[in-house]
Amino acid sequence: MELTLAIAIGVLSASGVYLLLRPRTFQVIIGLSLVSYAVNLFILSMGRLRMDAAPILSGADANIADYADPVPQALVLTAIVIGFAMTALFLVVLLAARGLSGSDHVDGKGD
Amino acid sequence: MTGMNHIAILPILIPMAAMVFNLLVGDGRSNRRIIGINIGFSVLLLLVSILLLTVLAQSSTAAAAVYPLGNWPVPFGIVLVADRLAAVMVLTTSILSLAALIFASARWHSRGTNFFPLFHALVMGLNGAFLTGDLFNLFVFFELLLAASYGLALHGGGRNRVRAAMHYIVINLVASFLFLIGVALIYGTTGTLNMADIARAVPHIAADDLGLFEAGVAVLGIAFLIKAGSWPLHFWLPNTYSSAAPPVAALFAVMTKVGFYAILRLWTLVFANQTGPELAFGQNVLFVLGIATVAYGSVGALSSKALDRLASYLILVSAGTLLLAVAYNVPGVTTGALYYVVVATLAAGALFLLKDVIDQVLPAEAQILAVSLEFYGDEEEVLDEDQEVSRSFPAAATLLSWCFAIAALVMAGLPPLSGFLSKFAMLSAAFGADNAPTAATWWITGALIVSGLFVLIAMVRNGINIFWTSLPDDGGLALRPLEIGPIMVLLALCVLMAVFAGPALSYFADTAAFIHAPQNYIDLVLPQEDTP
Repeated sequence: MELTLAIAIGVLSASGVYLLLRPRTFQVIIGLSLVSYAVNLFILSMGRLRMDAAPILSGADANIADYADPVPQALVLTAIVIGFAMTALFLVVLLAARGLSGSDHVDGKGD
Repeated sequence: MTGMNHIAILPILIPMAAMVFNLLVGDGRSNRRIIGINIGFSVLLLLVSILLLTVLAQSSTAAAAVYPLGNWPVPFGIVLVADRLAAVMVLTTSILSLAALIFASARWHSRGTNFFPLFHALVMGLNGAFLTGDLFNLFVFFELLLAASYGLALHGGGRNRVRAAMHYIVINLVASFLFLIGVALIYGTTGTLNMADIARAVPHIAADDLGLFEAGVAVLGIAFLIKAGSWPLHFWLPNTYSSAAPPVAALFAVMTKVGFYAILRLWTLVFANQTGPELAFGQNVLFVLGIATVAYGSVGALSSKALDRLASYLILVSAGTLLLAVAYNVPGVTTGALYYVVVATLAAGALFLLKDVIDQVLPAEAQILAVSLEFYGDEEEVLDEDQEVSRSFPAAATLLSWCFAIAALVMAGLPPLSGFLSKFAMLSAAFGADNAPTAATWWITGALIVSGLFVLIAMVRNGINIFWTSLPDDGGLALRPLEIGPIMVLLALCVLMAVFAGPALSYFADTAAFIHAPQNYIDLVLPQEDTP
């Protein structure tokens, strides 16, 4: 499980960084999305990987060791929402830049 | 202080109320009453900030307003901490935002949609970032201020602005992801997000986790350095700042200071002052980056011919100076740096606003001259009388050149104004810190003095171009009172900071003593019985 998750984060962030460095705005936005997925998975893994464990305590005599850490899950939720909103905003700016410069190059220059 | 603790949340609530009000009444950019109410909200924020500062200044040195949101017990819930450092930053933000808002209400607010809600959202994010005592909450407020700043950077539209804003958005999104990685690593190793709790947990980190923790701190530091505009992560800054609308750029002058604030807060609290293996983590790297930023900003200032680019490079110079002061990690140097951050922010904001006023009064060909000096000397000084938009001031050119001269003196750090006093305070503390001056002392001395010289040369050259060769004869200049007024107030505050340097410096000395003794902060925020 650790290996699977580590490979997934690694592949996502490597492809994301590669796309971020490309000259087309569409590649950049896909790269940003991939990096944000990698970061979200990474935050989740920081609460330690647990199988079949609920994050919410039930009952007064529950043993905390049987439960998953709820904080990273809350953090990921916030990070997903913020990342989604920012990506949507960037999409609008991308279209505006495309319309104003007539090119989808990040510097607005055709080639 | 019990009843006064509620004051800690007001600097966030007031801009939020202003934002909600603007969204409810709609885009009333031509309605004078709505503009008046917006300015009223900013004035209210300024009054609250002044109240917060005076309350803290009158109580004991180790006092701070601690506000647990929703009254959750502190390490579990989010807490707002308004200590002296936060109060200074909030007050600076309030002053600059009021000046920029009044300036914008003359003309710039109607250049695009939703100026006022975005403006208040940016102020709310800034105040929240200064006040929060929780690392993840800091991220949320960062995102809030960045989201508003994306909209404001685009305010006014146009090809250059959209292109600069696009670069700005991508770079800051990447910085936000780095921020998240850093926060996650710190949470993974310390098990908490409360800054005071992290500071308490750092000495108890298992030896196996220490590498992971330091990696998290380093990644977090990179995120802050991108926001602070440190070399080599500064490349987005000059383009974004010089192409943003002037009142927006003036408010952006505070935004780089958020990065400085975050570094100062976290490094003094968590990473630098611990005994043991975490002693002064990354201090040398910060110092080298500070020197490089000052050098780059000074050379950039010399190379820039347009005033807005020059102001952007001055922001870099001040960012580098502040990084140097943080890296020096001595209370006396921090005292000078806090004094410097206030005057440098106000002066840089005034300079961005002044640039817009000068642009309006300069003849069109002089503006081309400012960009390309090929036409030097053969321009004809013609003022188009049709462009006169408001009543002309007597001696308007004199007024403008005085404003410019004060801004130049403050930015370059020449006596008798506050820029000199702040640099002097930093340097004398650096020399007095150890028995004998170290290599770092000479580096910081050289950086401050040489950068001051470079900035002076750049400002003088720019001033000669504008006031001696390009400006039309006196009497024909049209200035809007709403635009020149805020600039004069900002610069007058810089002068007043020099007149009342004694009380100001003693307040900053108390602040520096407080933040360099992290146990005070930990005791304030955390319940006593939890402290081992």
